[in-house]
Amino acid sequence: MKNRKDIVYGVYSEEHDIIEAVREARNRGMEIYDVYSPMPIHGLDPVLGLKESRLHIAGFIYGLLGTLTAFLGMTWIFTRDWPIIFGGKPYWAVPSFIPITFELTVLFAAIGMTVSFYVVSGMGFGVDNDVLDVRISDDKFCLAFDNAEVEADEAKQFLQANNAEEILEKTLKA
Amino acid sequence: MSAPVSSIREPLILGHKTYHDITEDLVSPTEKAPPLSWIMVFIPAVALLSLGTFAVYWTIYVGIGTWNLNRTINWGWDITNFVWWIGIGHAGTLISAILLLFRQKWRTGVNRAAEAMTIFAVMCAGLFPMIHMGRIWNAMFIFPYPNTRGSLWVNFNSALLWDVFAISTYFTVSLLFWYTGLVPDLATIRDRAKGLRKKIYSFFALGWTGSAKHWQRWEYLALVLAGLATPLVLSVHTIVSFDFATGIVPGWHTTIFPPYFVAGAVFSGFAMVLTLMLIVRKVLHLEQYITIAHIESMNKVILATGSIVGVAYITELFISWYSGYIYEQAAFFNRAFGVYWWSYFGMMFANVVSPQFFWSRKLRRNVTFTFMLSILINIGMWFERFVIIGTTLARDFLPSSWSYYSPTWIEISIYLGTFGLFFTMFLIFARVAPVVAVAEVKHILKTGGDQYVGEDAVKGH
Repeated sequence: MKNRKDIVYGVYSEEHDIIEAVREARNRGMEIYDVYSPMPIHGLDPVLGLKESRLHIAGFIYGLLGTLTAFLGMTWIFTRDWPIIFGGKPYWAVPSFIPITFELTVLFAAIGMTVSFYVVSGMGFGVDNDVLDVRISDDKFCLAFDNAEVEADEAKQFLQANNAEEILEKTLKA
Repeated sequence: MSAPVSSIREPLILGHKTYHDITEDLVSPTEKAPPLSWIMVFIPAVALLSLGTFAVYWTIYVGIGTWNLNRTINWGWDITNFVWWIGIGHAGTLISAILLLFRQKWRTGVNRAAEAMTIFAVMCAGLFPMIHMGRIWNAMFIFPYPNTRGSLWVNFNSALLWDVFAISTYFTVSLLFWYTGLVPDLATIRDRAKGLRKKIYSFFALGWTGSAKHWQRWEYLALVLAGLATPLVLSVHTIVSFDFATGIVPGWHTTIFPPYFVAGAVFSGFAMVLTLMLIVRKVLHLEQYITIAHIESMNKVILATGSIVGVAYITELFISWYSGYIYEQAAFFNRAFGVYWWSYFGMMFANVVSPQFFWSRKLRRNVTFTFMLSILINIGMWFERFVIIGTTLARDFLPSSWSYYSPTWIEISIYLGTFGLFFTMFLIFARVAPVVAVAEVKHILKTGGDQYVGEDAVKGH
């Protein structure tokens, strides 16, 4: 694997133009490297063939971990490690464990999901991913092809035929 | 253009903005030198913060004796302020999480600032229980960690400990939610910046590229975090109310507390969002993003939650009479006609009577009136907490220990200091990041911009 990617990309100003171009590229069986936008484009995911994110499943597991940590932790502490009677209640006072169990469920799920999101997306403090075009975070939508997957000329012709306002090339560190 | 056009919906973005205009309008305030109006607010904010810092230092150095708390009234301004600030924070989560789940598009104009407000308000709130402990250097004892004292654990059956967990979770989740929302906007600033500024924003933008997969995950994350934050925010003030409701003190020992506290929190929080946003809107010229339609929507929430609070007050009075329990009746008689009668009537006027003005559409859409009312509500909600804490404790079980309490200048200074902290943080935030969520506003442009919806849309299309 070489660690650089040569990209050909088309610049668009309207969401629906880029959605049309993506649909056309997929119909022709062209491999799309990525689509970039200043905000989420609704309706793009199915056209682009993106699978549903599994982040919420991870979130559920983290949450469950929180539930167990809190409930089993309090159970162990109050029945095994140091049992104390509070106000004549039983050692294992389940109803009064509910608030903390709930809070830790939420805490674990939220931290776990957020960390997972950044890790799987290759993001983090100080990470310096190459930006394809600085206008992406402003007002432009970009459809990108990797030269290793689609010939540069073919990509350029395709973008030309599909209303790209500009067609540019850039090498990204992969 | 193929975007849908509606002439019925009120536009949420005025001035026929393009995506690029939105970037310019919202990001440029962070790129220019601070305007005079900012400096004029920043100086008093830092001054108050310094006063508060000194008062906190003095409290720790000399001890809690610098406050006027006594044996009977052992919770005073400190816990009043704590509950008040926590309540303020709730509006941020309501706007960002609950309104996201309800798909309310107007949230995008105010959510970023409201979330920031939540975080700063929780910081102010957290200060009070910490310094009230007296020995703040032992503050970590509230967390259950294996220690050389046994291990001696905390009491998991105590409402006060539930509060520790609720508030630290609330702070963490709010922070994650807010920062993740902020990342694409920090990337926008990064891509416009040069030199050192670019390096700094590049560090904090976490390497955001705007890839479709990242956006997909980002939206999922926001949605699930919103789903988690919604029961969380309800639990936080519920648990704060347990601090009182699980006690046996007449006037505190009531089952109505959780819903009543949550409604009150949202009520006061929205009032604070309005106070803050009406100033921000003016100073940063954001009238086209925080429109009259936004203000009206928030005023409707104030009307609804204010009315719930009003019903709760009256239910409380009714139940204390209907219970036939003389100590409960005496507690409520004391609230209205006892030593702190003025705070009870202040609360009743500001929280029950004043929001009813918002039945009028004209007043809901009047910026000056909204601003004045939002401040009145903030004061009223402070009175509410003082009524619950101060009046109840002043007349406890033994008439021989009945007492009266008014704060020392140290206590007042700490409270003013939290305003200093809150505004200093908010003003710094407004300088370094966009106070309106740039990407999210762009996202609703084609369904909320005035060239696509509203009266002008049909003509201009």
